[in-house]
Amino acid sequence: MERFVELENVQKHFDTKKGRFVALQDINLTIRQGEVVSLIGHSGCGKSTVLNIIAGLLEPSDGIALCNGREIDGPGPERAVVFQNHSLLPWLSCYGNILLAVERVFGAKEGKAQLAARTDAALVLVGLSHARDKHPHEISGGMKQRVGIARALAMEPKVLLMDEPFGALDALTRANLQDEMVKIVDATGSTVVMVTHDVDEAVLLSDRIVMMTNGPAATVGEILDVQLPRPRNRLALANDADYHRYRSAVLDFLYQKHRRDAA
Amino acid sequence: MSAAETFSPTLAAGQPATARSARPRKRKTLLAAAPPSLQPLVRFIRWLVPPLLGLIAFVLLWSLVSQWSKGSLPGPASTWASACELFADPFYQNGPNDQGIGWNILMSLGRVGVGFGLAALVGIPLGFMIGRFNFLSRMTAPVISLLRPVSPLAWLPIGLLVFKAASPASIWVIFISSIWPMILNTAAGVRAVPQDYLNVARVLRLSEWKVFSVILLPAVLPHMLTGVRLAIGTAWLVIVAAEMLTGGVGLGFWVWDEWNNLNVEHILIAIFVVGLVGLALEQALVWLAKKASFGQGE
Repeated sequence: MERFVELENVQKHFDTKKGRFVALQDINLTIRQGEVVSLIGHSGCGKSTVLNIIAGLLEPSDGIALCNGREIDGPGPERAVVFQNHSLLPWLSCYGNILLAVERVFGAKEGKAQLAARTDAALVLVGLSHARDKHPHEISGGMKQRVGIARALAMEPKVLLMDEPFGALDALTRANLQDEMVKIVDATGSTVVMVTHDVDEAVLLSDRIVMMTNGPAATVGEILDVQLPRPRNRLALANDADYHRYRSAVLDFLYQKHRRDAA
Repeated sequence: MSAAETFSPTLAAGQPATARSARPRKRKTLLAAAPPSLQPLVRFIRWLVPPLLGLIAFVLLWSLVSQWSKGSLPGPASTWASACELFADPFYQNGPNDQGIGWNILMSLGRVGVGFGLAALVGIPLGFMIGRFNFLSRMTAPVISLLRPVSPLAWLPIGLLVFKAASPASIWVIFISSIWPMILNTAAGVRAVPQDYLNVARVLRLSEWKVFSVILLPAVLPHMLTGVRLAIGTAWLVIVAAEMLTGGVGLGFWVWDEWNNLNVEHILIAIFVVGLVGLALEQALVWLAKKASFGQGE
Protein backbone atom coordinates (compact mmCIF):
# COMPACT_ATOMS: atom_id res chain seq x y z
CA MET A 1 0.00 0.00 0.00
CA GLU A 2 1.24 3.45 -0.83
CA ARG A 3 2.35 6.06 1.64
CA PHE A 4 -0.36 8.55 2.13
CA VAL A 5 0.32 10.87 5.02
CA GLU A 6 3.94 11.54 5.85
CA LEU A 7 5.39 13.53 8.71
CA GLU A 8 9.14 14.06 8.55
CA ASN A 9 11.02 15.50 11.51
CA VAL A 10 8.04 17.58 12.45
CA GLN A 11 8.60 19.99 15.29
CA LYS A 12 6.05 22.31 16.81
CA HIS A 13 6.61 25.03 19.35
CA PHE A 14 4.39 27.73 20.76
CA ASP A 15 5.75 31.10 21.84
CA THR A 16 4.22 32.02 25.17
CA LYS A 17 4.83 34.76 27.69
CA LYS A 18 7.07 32.40 29.65
CA GLY A 19 9.19 31.75 26.57
CA ARG A 20 9.19 29.04 23.95
CA PHE A 21 7.26 25.88 24.66
CA VAL A 22 8.29 22.92 22.51
CA ALA A 23 5.25 20.68 22.17
CA LEU A 24 6.47 18.19 19.59
CA GLN A 25 9.89 17.14 18.40
CA ASP A 26 11.20 14.75 15.76
CA ILE A 27 7.85 13.35 14.81
CA ASN A 28 8.29 10.81 12.02
CA LEU A 29 5.20 8.98 10.92
CA THR A 30 4.01 7.41 7.69
CA ILE A 31 0.41 6.41 7.21
CA ARG A 32 -0.65 4.16 4.34
CA GLN A 33 -3.86 4.40 2.42
CA GLY A 34 -6.71 2.45 3.99
CA GLU A 35 -4.94 2.22 7.31
CA VAL A 36 -6.47 3.03 10.69
CA VAL A 37 -3.91 4.62 12.98
CA SER A 38 -4.46 5.67 16.58
CA LEU A 39 -2.39 8.24 18.41
CA ILE A 40 -2.39 7.44 22.10
CA GLY A 41 -0.66 9.13 25.01
CA HIS A 42 -1.26 10.91 28.28
CA SER A 43 -3.12 14.18 28.14
CA GLY A 44 -0.93 17.09 27.16
CA CYS A 45 1.44 14.92 25.11
CA GLY A 46 0.59 16.73 21.90
CA LYS A 47 -1.37 14.01 20.15
CA SER A 48 -4.08 16.47 19.16
CA THR A 49 -1.36 18.80 17.89
CA VAL A 50 -0.16 16.04 15.54
CA LEU A 51 -3.71 15.57 14.31
CA ASN A 52 -4.18 19.31 13.79
CA ILE A 53 -0.97 19.46 11.79
CA ILE A 54 -2.27 16.71 9.48
CA ALA A 55 -5.60 18.55 9.31
CA GLY A 56 -3.76 21.74 8.38
CA LEU A 57 -5.31 23.66 11.26
CA LEU A 58 -1.79 24.10 12.67
CA GLU A 59 1.45 24.55 10.77
CA PRO A 60 4.54 22.64 11.83
CA SER A 61 7.28 24.96 13.10
CA ASP A 62 9.87 22.76 11.42
CA GLY A 63 9.91 19.63 9.29
CA ILE A 64 7.57 18.55 6.51
CA ALA A 65 3.97 17.36 6.55
CA LEU A 66 2.79 15.72 3.33
CA CYS A 67 -0.53 14.34 2.24
CA ASN A 68 -0.77 12.41 -1.02
CA GLY A 69 2.72 13.56 -1.92
CA ARG A 70 1.95 17.26 -1.53
CA GLU A 71 2.82 19.56 1.31
CA ILE A 72 -0.14 20.22 3.58
CA ASP A 73 -1.10 23.83 3.07
CA GLY A 74 -4.02 24.68 5.32
CA PRO A 75 -7.11 22.64 6.03
CA GLY A 76 -9.27 21.15 3.32
CA PRO A 77 -12.23 18.86 2.82
CA GLU A 78 -10.06 15.95 1.63
CA ARG A 79 -8.88 15.74 5.25
CA ALA A 80 -12.17 15.79 7.10
CA VAL A 81 -12.08 16.30 10.86
CA VAL A 82 -14.42 14.85 13.47
CA PHE A 83 -14.01 17.30 16.33
CA GLN A 84 -13.90 16.31 19.96
CA ASN A 85 -17.02 18.26 20.84
CA HIS A 86 -18.95 17.57 17.63
CA SER A 87 -18.86 21.26 16.51
CA LEU A 88 -22.24 21.12 14.85
CA LEU A 89 -23.74 24.47 13.98
CA PRO A 90 -26.66 24.86 16.40
CA TRP A 91 -28.82 26.81 13.95
CA LEU A 92 -28.79 24.08 11.31
CA SER A 93 -30.65 20.78 11.52
CA CYS A 94 -28.71 17.51 11.39
CA TYR A 95 -29.52 17.42 7.69
CA GLY A 96 -28.44 21.04 7.25
CA ASN A 97 -25.14 20.47 9.01
CA ILE A 98 -24.25 17.58 6.73
CA LEU A 99 -25.60 19.31 3.63
CA LEU A 100 -23.31 22.29 4.27
CA ALA A 101 -20.31 19.99 3.92
CA VAL A 102 -21.78 18.02 1.00
CA GLU A 103 -22.59 21.20 -0.92
CA ARG A 104 -19.10 22.52 -0.45
CA VAL A 105 -17.43 19.33 -1.70
CA PHE A 106 -19.80 18.16 -4.44
CA GLY A 107 -21.90 21.27 -5.16
CA ALA A 108 -19.91 22.25 -8.22
CA LYS A 109 -20.42 18.94 -10.03
CA GLU A 110 -23.74 17.58 -8.85
CA GLY A 111 -27.38 18.62 -8.87
CA LYS A 112 -29.56 19.30 -5.86
CA ALA A 113 -31.15 15.85 -5.90
CA GLN A 114 -27.77 14.15 -5.82
CA LEU A 115 -26.58 16.34 -2.95
CA ALA A 116 -29.73 15.56 -1.00
CA ALA A 117 -29.26 11.85 -1.68
CA ARG A 118 -25.67 11.99 -0.42
CA THR A 119 -26.80 13.80 2.75
CA ASP A 120 -29.53 11.28 3.44
CA ALA A 121 -27.14 8.39 2.77
CA ALA A 122 -24.73 9.80 5.36
CA LEU A 123 -27.56 9.95 7.91
CA VAL A 124 -28.48 6.34 7.13
CA LEU A 125 -24.85 5.29 7.57
CA VAL A 126 -24.82 6.49 11.18
CA GLY A 127 -28.40 5.38 11.80
CA LEU A 128 -29.89 8.82 12.27
CA SER A 129 -32.50 9.13 9.53
CA HIS A 130 -35.16 9.66 12.17
CA ALA A 131 -33.32 12.73 13.53
CA ARG A 132 -32.92 14.28 10.08
CA ASP A 133 -34.76 17.53 10.86
CA LYS A 134 -33.83 17.85 14.54
CA HIS A 135 -31.50 20.57 15.70
CA PRO A 136 -28.37 19.71 17.68
CA HIS A 137 -29.81 20.88 21.01
CA GLU A 138 -32.69 18.44 20.58
CA ILE A 139 -30.55 15.28 20.37
CA SER A 140 -28.21 13.45 22.75
CA GLY A 141 -24.43 13.79 22.91
CA GLY A 142 -23.92 10.45 21.20
CA MET A 143 -26.25 11.41 18.38
CA LYS A 144 -24.46 14.75 17.92
CA GLN A 145 -21.17 12.95 17.63
CA ARG A 146 -22.69 10.60 15.06
CA VAL A 147 -23.86 13.59 13.01
CA GLY A 148 -20.30 14.92 13.24
CA ILE A 149 -19.00 11.60 11.90
CA ALA A 150 -21.66 11.55 9.18
CA ARG A 151 -20.68 15.07 8.15
CA ALA A 152 -17.05 14.04 7.86
CA LEU A 153 -17.81 10.79 6.01
CA ALA A 154 -20.19 12.51 3.59
CA MET A 155 -17.29 14.57 2.32
CA GLU A 156 -15.68 11.32 1.11
CA PRO A 157 -12.36 12.45 2.53
CA LYS A 158 -9.06 10.86 1.63
CA VAL A 159 -8.25 10.82 5.34
CA LEU A 160 -10.68 10.91 8.21
CA LEU A 161 -9.18 12.68 11.21
CA MET A 162 -10.83 12.10 14.56
CA ASP A 163 -9.87 14.00 17.69
CA GLU A 164 -11.02 11.92 20.66
CA PRO A 165 -14.31 11.42 18.87
CA PHE A 166 -15.94 9.45 21.66
CA GLY A 167 -14.17 11.11 24.59
CA ALA A 168 -17.12 13.17 25.78
CA LEU A 169 -19.58 10.25 25.80
CA ASP A 170 -20.64 7.81 28.49
CA ALA A 171 -19.13 4.30 28.39
CA LEU A 172 -22.12 2.52 26.84
CA THR A 173 -22.70 5.09 24.11
CA ARG A 174 -18.99 5.10 23.43
CA ALA A 175 -18.92 1.31 22.98
CA ASN A 176 -21.89 1.45 20.60
CA LEU A 177 -20.29 4.15 18.50
CA GLN A 178 -16.98 2.31 18.44
CA ASP A 179 -18.77 -0.78 17.12
CA GLU A 180 -20.46 1.32 14.47
CA MET A 181 -17.14 2.89 13.58
CA VAL A 182 -15.62 -0.60 13.14
CA LYS A 183 -18.39 -1.42 10.68
CA ILE A 184 -18.08 1.85 8.79
CA VAL A 185 -14.31 1.56 8.52
CA ASP A 186 -14.61 -2.04 7.30
CA ALA A 187 -17.26 -1.05 4.77
CA THR A 188 -15.62 2.08 3.37
CA GLY A 189 -11.94 1.20 3.73
CA SER A 190 -11.20 4.77 4.79
CA THR A 191 -7.85 5.97 5.96
CA VAL A 192 -8.36 7.05 9.55
CA VAL A 193 -6.17 8.87 12.03
CA MET A 194 -7.66 8.93 15.48
CA VAL A 195 -6.52 10.56 18.70
CA THR A 196 -7.57 8.67 21.80
CA HIS A 197 -6.67 7.97 25.39
CA ASP A 198 -8.79 4.84 25.54
CA VAL A 199 -6.64 1.70 25.25
CA ASP A 200 -9.52 -0.61 24.29
CA GLU A 201 -10.71 1.79 21.65
CA ALA A 202 -7.23 1.96 20.16
CA VAL A 203 -6.80 -1.83 20.00
CA LEU A 204 -10.33 -2.46 18.75
CA LEU A 205 -10.20 0.04 15.89
CA SER A 206 -6.59 0.37 14.80
CA ASP A 207 -4.18 -1.31 12.42
CA ARG A 208 -1.36 0.50 14.16
CA ILE A 209 -1.13 2.28 17.47
CA VAL A 210 1.29 5.19 17.71
CA MET A 211 2.25 5.64 21.34
CA MET A 212 3.57 9.05 22.25
CA THR A 213 5.97 10.00 25.02
CA ASN A 214 5.04 12.66 27.55
CA GLY A 215 5.50 16.30 26.71
CA PRO A 216 7.06 18.79 26.56
CA ALA A 217 8.97 17.91 23.41
CA ALA A 218 6.86 14.79 22.98
CA THR A 219 7.70 12.38 20.22
CA VAL A 220 6.70 8.97 18.89
CA GLY A 221 7.70 6.39 21.50
CA GLU A 222 6.70 3.09 19.99
CA ILE A 223 4.46 1.91 17.19
CA LEU A 224 2.44 -1.24 17.73
CA ASP A 225 1.14 -3.30 14.80
CA VAL A 226 -2.26 -4.69 15.66
CA GLN A 227 -2.71 -7.82 13.55
CA LEU A 228 -6.16 -8.82 14.62
CA PRO A 229 -8.34 -10.12 11.78
CA ARG A 230 -11.19 -7.98 10.53
CA PRO A 231 -14.13 -7.76 10.92
CA ARG A 232 -13.51 -7.35 14.62
CA ASN A 233 -16.07 -8.08 17.26
CA ARG A 234 -15.89 -6.69 20.75
CA LEU A 235 -17.38 -9.78 22.39
CA ALA A 236 -15.24 -12.27 20.50
CA LEU A 237 -12.12 -10.25 21.29
CA ALA A 238 -12.88 -10.21 25.01
CA ASN A 239 -11.44 -13.74 25.29
CA ASP A 240 -8.81 -13.39 22.59
CA ALA A 241 -5.23 -13.88 23.79
CA ASP A 242 -3.74 -11.63 21.07
CA TYR A 243 -6.16 -8.84 21.95
CA HIS A 244 -4.99 -8.96 25.55
CA ARG A 245 -1.36 -9.07 24.48
CA TYR A 246 -1.81 -5.87 22.45
CA ARG A 247 -3.74 -4.27 25.23
CA SER A 248 -1.02 -5.11 27.75
CA ALA A 249 1.64 -3.73 25.45
CA VAL A 250 -0.10 -0.35 25.29
CA LEU A 251 -0.79 -0.29 29.01
CA ASP A 252 2.80 -1.22 29.69
CA PHE A 253 4.00 1.67 27.57
CA LEU A 254 1.63 4.17 29.16
CA TYR A 255 1.89 3.13 32.79
CA GLN A 256 5.37 1.59 33.10
CA LYS A 257 7.72 3.18 30.62
CA HIS A 258 6.09 6.58 30.35
CA ARG A 259 4.13 6.81 33.49
CA ARG A 260 2.87 10.25 34.26
CA ASP A 261 2.79 11.17 37.92
CA ALA A 262 -0.46 12.62 39.06
CA ALA A 263 -0.12 16.36 39.17
CA MET B 1 -62.88 26.66 45.13
CA SER B 2 -61.41 26.04 48.56
CA ALA B 3 -64.88 24.99 49.65
CA ALA B 4 -65.09 22.45 46.85
CA GLU B 5 -61.86 20.78 47.80
CA THR B 6 -62.68 20.48 51.49
CA PHE B 7 -65.89 18.70 50.57
CA SER B 8 -64.34 16.24 48.14
CA PRO B 9 -61.45 14.48 49.86
CA THR B 10 -62.72 11.04 48.81
CA LEU B 11 -63.00 12.10 45.19
CA ALA B 12 -59.33 12.98 45.10
CA ALA B 13 -58.22 9.86 47.00
CA GLY B 14 -55.87 7.61 45.05
CA GLN B 15 -54.96 10.40 42.64
CA PRO B 16 -51.29 11.27 42.28
CA ALA B 17 -51.91 14.71 43.70
CA THR B 18 -53.06 13.33 47.02
CA ALA B 19 -50.32 10.75 47.15
CA ARG B 20 -47.99 13.69 47.39
CA SER B 21 -50.04 15.41 50.07
CA ALA B 22 -49.56 12.36 52.35
CA ARG B 23 -46.33 14.05 53.41
CA PRO B 24 -46.11 15.93 56.75
CA ARG B 25 -49.14 18.04 57.43
CA LYS B 26 -47.59 21.47 57.55
CA ARG B 27 -46.44 21.10 53.92
CA LYS B 28 -49.96 20.58 52.73
CA THR B 29 -51.44 23.83 51.49
CA LEU B 30 -54.94 24.44 50.29
CA LEU B 31 -53.76 24.94 46.73
CA ALA B 32 -51.72 21.73 46.57
CA ALA B 33 -54.71 19.64 47.60
CA ALA B 34 -56.89 20.75 44.68
CA PRO B 35 -58.25 17.98 42.45
CA PRO B 36 -56.21 17.35 39.28
CA SER B 37 -58.80 18.86 36.95
CA LEU B 38 -58.29 22.22 38.66
CA GLN B 39 -54.48 22.04 38.60
CA PRO B 40 -54.00 24.37 35.58
CA LEU B 41 -56.27 26.94 37.18
CA VAL B 42 -54.35 26.65 40.46
CA ARG B 43 -51.08 27.13 38.64
CA PHE B 44 -52.48 30.18 36.86
CA ILE B 45 -53.69 31.70 40.13
CA ARG B 46 -50.32 31.03 41.78
CA TRP B 47 -48.63 32.72 38.86
CA LEU B 48 -51.01 35.69 38.95
CA VAL B 49 -51.21 36.44 42.67
CA PRO B 50 -47.78 38.02 43.38
CA PRO B 51 -47.79 40.55 40.50
CA LEU B 52 -51.43 41.35 41.19
CA LEU B 53 -50.66 42.02 44.85
CA GLY B 54 -47.78 44.26 43.78
CA LEU B 55 -50.03 46.31 41.51
CA ILE B 56 -52.73 46.61 44.17
CA ALA B 57 -50.15 47.76 46.72
CA PHE B 58 -48.89 50.32 44.22
CA VAL B 59 -52.36 51.73 43.56
CA LEU B 60 -53.10 51.87 47.31
CA LEU B 61 -49.85 53.72 47.98
CA TRP B 62 -50.66 56.10 45.15
CA SER B 63 -54.11 56.91 46.57
CA LEU B 64 -52.61 57.43 50.02
CA VAL B 65 -50.02 59.86 48.68
CA SER B 66 -52.74 61.58 46.69
CA GLN B 67 -54.85 61.93 49.88
CA TRP B 68 -51.93 63.38 51.83
CA SER B 69 -51.15 65.88 49.08
CA LYS B 70 -54.75 67.12 49.41
CA GLY B 71 -55.52 66.72 45.75
CA SER B 72 -52.47 68.37 44.21
CA LEU B 73 -51.47 64.87 43.03
CA PRO B 74 -54.48 63.26 41.35
CA GLY B 75 -55.51 59.85 42.64
CA PRO B 76 -55.98 56.64 40.63
CA ALA B 77 -59.72 57.20 40.15
CA SER B 78 -59.52 60.66 38.59
CA THR B 79 -56.53 59.62 36.49
CA TRP B 80 -58.46 56.61 35.21
CA ALA B 81 -61.44 58.78 34.32
CA SER B 82 -59.19 61.22 32.52
CA ALA B 83 -57.47 58.37 30.66
CA CYS B 84 -60.81 56.95 29.50
CA GLU B 85 -61.74 60.34 28.08
CA LEU B 86 -58.34 60.70 26.44
CA PHE B 87 -58.30 57.27 24.82
CA ALA B 88 -61.89 57.59 23.63
CA ASP B 89 -60.60 59.68 20.73
CA PRO B 90 -56.87 59.11 20.39
CA PHE B 91 -56.48 60.44 16.85
CA TYR B 92 -58.05 63.89 16.76
CA GLN B 93 -56.27 66.86 15.23
CA ASN B 94 -56.84 70.41 16.49
CA GLY B 95 -53.82 72.16 15.12
CA PRO B 96 -50.18 71.41 15.91
CA ASN B 97 -50.38 71.96 19.68
CA ASP B 98 -53.52 69.95 20.30
CA GLN B 99 -53.47 66.43 18.93
CA GLY B 100 -54.71 63.07 20.14
CA ILE B 101 -52.56 60.87 22.38
CA GLY B 102 -52.31 58.34 19.55
CA TRP B 103 -50.50 60.87 17.35
CA ASN B 104 -48.10 61.71 20.14
CA ILE B 105 -47.25 58.04 20.71
CA LEU B 106 -46.83 57.38 16.99
CA MET B 107 -44.69 60.49 16.57
CA SER B 108 -42.33 59.45 19.37
CA LEU B 109 -42.21 55.87 18.12
CA GLY B 110 -41.47 57.13 14.62
CA ARG B 111 -38.52 59.21 15.80
CA VAL B 112 -37.18 56.33 17.85
CA GLY B 113 -37.66 54.05 14.86
CA VAL B 114 -35.74 56.30 12.47
CA GLY B 115 -32.90 57.13 14.88
CA PHE B 116 -32.67 53.59 16.04
CA GLY B 117 -32.81 52.17 12.52
CA LEU B 118 -30.00 54.46 11.38
CA ALA B 119 -27.97 53.45 14.44
CA ALA B 120 -28.49 49.77 13.60
CA LEU B 121 -27.53 50.40 9.99
CA VAL B 122 -24.24 51.98 11.04
CA GLY B 123 -23.60 50.25 14.37
CA ILE B 124 -24.08 46.59 13.48
CA PRO B 125 -21.72 46.48 10.47
CA LEU B 126 -19.23 48.58 12.42
CA GLY B 127 -19.52 46.16 15.33
CA PHE B 128 -18.85 43.24 12.99
CA MET B 129 -15.73 44.88 11.66
CA ILE B 130 -14.48 45.89 15.10
CA GLY B 131 -15.02 42.33 16.32
CA ARG B 132 -13.30 40.76 13.32
CA PHE B 133 -10.27 43.02 13.00
CA ASN B 134 -8.22 43.67 16.08
CA PHE B 135 -6.55 46.69 14.50
CA LEU B 136 -9.89 48.42 14.00
CA SER B 137 -10.92 47.49 17.51
CA ARG B 138 -7.86 49.15 19.02
CA MET B 139 -8.27 52.11 16.69
CA THR B 140 -11.87 52.83 17.69
CA ALA B 141 -11.51 51.95 21.38
CA PRO B 142 -10.37 55.37 22.66
CA VAL B 143 -13.08 57.27 20.75
CA ILE B 144 -15.84 54.92 21.84
CA SER B 145 -14.67 54.89 25.46
CA LEU B 146 -14.63 58.68 25.47
CA LEU B 147 -18.01 59.27 23.84
CA ARG B 148 -20.05 56.43 25.31
CA PRO B 149 -20.48 57.79 28.85
CA VAL B 150 -21.75 61.17 27.58
CA SER B 151 -25.39 61.83 28.41
CA PRO B 152 -27.38 61.57 25.20
CA LEU B 153 -29.00 64.97 25.79
CA ALA B 154 -25.60 66.65 25.65
CA TRP B 155 -25.69 65.87 21.93
CA LEU B 156 -28.92 67.79 21.41
CA PRO B 157 -27.37 71.24 20.87
CA ILE B 158 -25.03 69.75 18.26
CA GLY B 159 -28.04 68.24 16.51
CA LEU B 160 -29.93 71.55 16.60
CA LEU B 161 -26.88 73.36 15.31
CA VAL B 162 -26.32 70.97 12.42
CA PHE B 163 -29.91 70.21 11.39
CA LYS B 164 -31.53 73.54 12.38
CA ALA B 165 -34.78 71.73 13.19
CA ALA B 166 -36.26 69.98 16.22
CA SER B 167 -37.30 66.66 14.74
CA PRO B 168 -33.99 65.67 13.11
CA ALA B 169 -32.20 66.85 16.23
CA SER B 170 -34.16 64.41 18.42
CA ILE B 171 -33.56 61.66 15.87
CA TRP B 172 -29.87 62.48 16.07
CA VAL B 173 -29.95 62.12 19.86
CA ILE B 174 -31.65 58.73 19.55
CA PHE B 175 -29.07 57.69 16.98
CA ILE B 176 -26.09 58.62 19.12
CA SER B 177 -27.50 57.08 22.29
CA SER B 178 -28.49 53.75 20.75
CA ILE B 179 -25.42 53.19 18.59
CA TRP B 180 -22.99 52.32 21.41
CA PRO B 181 -24.70 49.23 22.79
CA MET B 182 -25.17 47.93 19.26
CA ILE B 183 -21.51 48.39 18.29
CA LEU B 184 -20.16 46.97 21.53
CA ASN B 185 -22.46 43.96 21.78
CA THR B 186 -22.06 43.01 18.14
CA ALA B 187 -18.28 43.25 18.45
CA ALA B 188 -18.31 41.17 21.64
CA GLY B 189 -20.50 38.62 19.87
CA VAL B 190 -18.10 38.33 16.95
CA ARG B 191 -15.19 37.81 19.34
CA ALA B 192 -17.16 35.14 21.20
CA VAL B 193 -17.84 32.97 18.12
CA PRO B 194 -16.48 29.56 19.17
CA GLN B 195 -13.22 28.60 17.46
CA ASP B 196 -14.80 25.20 16.75
CA TYR B 197 -17.27 26.75 14.32
CA LEU B 198 -14.50 28.64 12.58
CA ASN B 199 -12.46 25.43 12.36
CA VAL B 200 -15.40 23.78 10.63
CA ALA B 201 -15.38 26.67 8.17
CA ARG B 202 -11.65 26.25 7.63
CA VAL B 203 -11.84 22.49 7.05
CA LEU B 204 -14.67 23.02 4.57
CA ARG B 205 -12.83 25.98 3.02
CA LEU B 206 -16.04 27.99 3.00
CA SER B 207 -16.06 31.25 1.08
CA GLU B 208 -15.96 34.51 3.06
CA TRP B 209 -19.64 35.09 2.27
CA LYS B 210 -20.59 31.59 3.46
CA VAL B 211 -18.56 32.07 6.64
CA PHE B 212 -20.46 35.28 7.27
CA SER B 213 -23.94 34.04 6.41
CA VAL B 214 -23.75 30.49 7.79
CA ILE B 215 -21.49 30.93 10.80
CA LEU B 216 -20.79 34.50 11.91
CA LEU B 217 -24.25 36.01 11.49
CA PRO B 218 -26.26 33.30 13.28
CA ALA B 219 -23.60 32.95 15.99
CA VAL B 220 -23.57 36.70 16.63
CA LEU B 221 -27.33 37.20 16.36
CA PRO B 222 -28.12 36.62 20.07
CA HIS B 223 -25.43 39.10 21.14
CA MET B 224 -26.56 41.54 18.50
CA LEU B 225 -30.14 41.36 19.73
CA THR B 226 -28.98 42.00 23.30
CA GLY B 227 -27.36 45.16 21.96
CA VAL B 228 -30.54 46.06 20.12
CA ARG B 229 -32.60 45.52 23.27
CA LEU B 230 -30.32 47.70 25.39
CA ALA B 231 -30.31 50.31 22.63
CA ILE B 232 -34.06 50.47 22.29
CA GLY B 233 -34.38 50.77 26.07
CA THR B 234 -32.05 53.74 26.08
CA ALA B 235 -33.67 55.26 23.01
CA TRP B 236 -37.09 55.14 24.59
CA LEU B 237 -35.71 56.67 27.79
CA VAL B 238 -34.10 59.47 25.85
CA ILE B 239 -36.88 60.37 23.43
CA VAL B 240 -39.18 61.75 26.13
CA ALA B 241 -36.43 64.01 27.48
CA ALA B 242 -35.38 65.11 23.98
CA GLU B 243 -38.93 65.98 22.99
CA MET B 244 -39.45 67.93 26.21
CA LEU B 245 -36.57 70.12 25.14
CA THR B 246 -37.35 70.41 21.43
CA GLY B 247 -41.14 70.63 21.44
CA GLY B 248 -43.37 69.88 18.45
CA VAL B 249 -45.36 66.68 18.70
CA GLY B 250 -44.58 63.57 20.73
CA LEU B 251 -45.00 62.15 24.19
CA GLY B 252 -42.23 64.25 25.70
CA PHE B 253 -43.64 67.44 24.28
CA TRP B 254 -47.08 66.43 25.46
CA VAL B 255 -45.81 65.95 29.03
CA TRP B 256 -44.28 69.42 28.99
CA ASP B 257 -47.37 70.93 27.40
CA GLU B 258 -49.64 69.40 30.05
CA TRP B 259 -47.29 70.67 32.77
CA ASN B 260 -47.78 74.14 31.40
CA ASN B 261 -51.54 73.51 31.43
CA LEU B 262 -51.18 72.09 34.99
CA ASN B 263 -53.04 68.98 33.86
CA VAL B 264 -51.33 66.53 36.23
CA GLU B 265 -53.65 63.62 35.34
CA HIS B 266 -52.35 63.75 31.80
CA ILE B 267 -48.75 63.76 33.00
CA LEU B 268 -49.45 60.64 35.03
CA ILE B 269 -51.12 59.04 32.02
CA ALA B 270 -48.07 59.92 29.93
CA ILE B 271 -45.84 58.21 32.47
CA PHE B 272 -47.91 55.04 32.23
CA VAL B 273 -48.00 55.18 28.44
CA VAL B 274 -44.22 55.61 28.25
CA GLY B 275 -43.82 52.69 30.63
CA LEU B 276 -46.21 50.43 28.74
CA VAL B 277 -44.72 51.17 25.33
CA GLY B 278 -41.22 50.60 26.71
CA LEU B 279 -42.34 47.32 28.23
CA ALA B 280 -43.90 46.22 24.95
CA LEU B 281 -40.73 47.05 22.97
CA GLU B 282 -38.58 45.20 25.48
CA GLN B 283 -40.80 42.12 25.50
CA ALA B 284 -40.94 42.01 21.72
CA LEU B 285 -37.15 41.97 21.57
CA VAL B 286 -36.84 39.37 24.33
CA TRP B 287 -39.18 37.17 22.30
CA LEU B 288 -37.16 37.78 19.16
CA ALA B 289 -33.89 37.01 20.95
CA LYS B 290 -35.32 33.73 22.19
CA LYS B 291 -36.32 32.84 18.64
CA ALA B 292 -32.81 33.57 17.42
CA SER B 293 -30.86 31.72 20.09
CA PHE B 294 -31.21 28.24 18.47
CA GLY B 295 -30.95 26.51 21.81
CA GLN B 296 -27.58 28.09 22.57
CA GLY B 297 -27.07 28.73 26.25
CA GLU B 298 -29.91 26.44 27.22
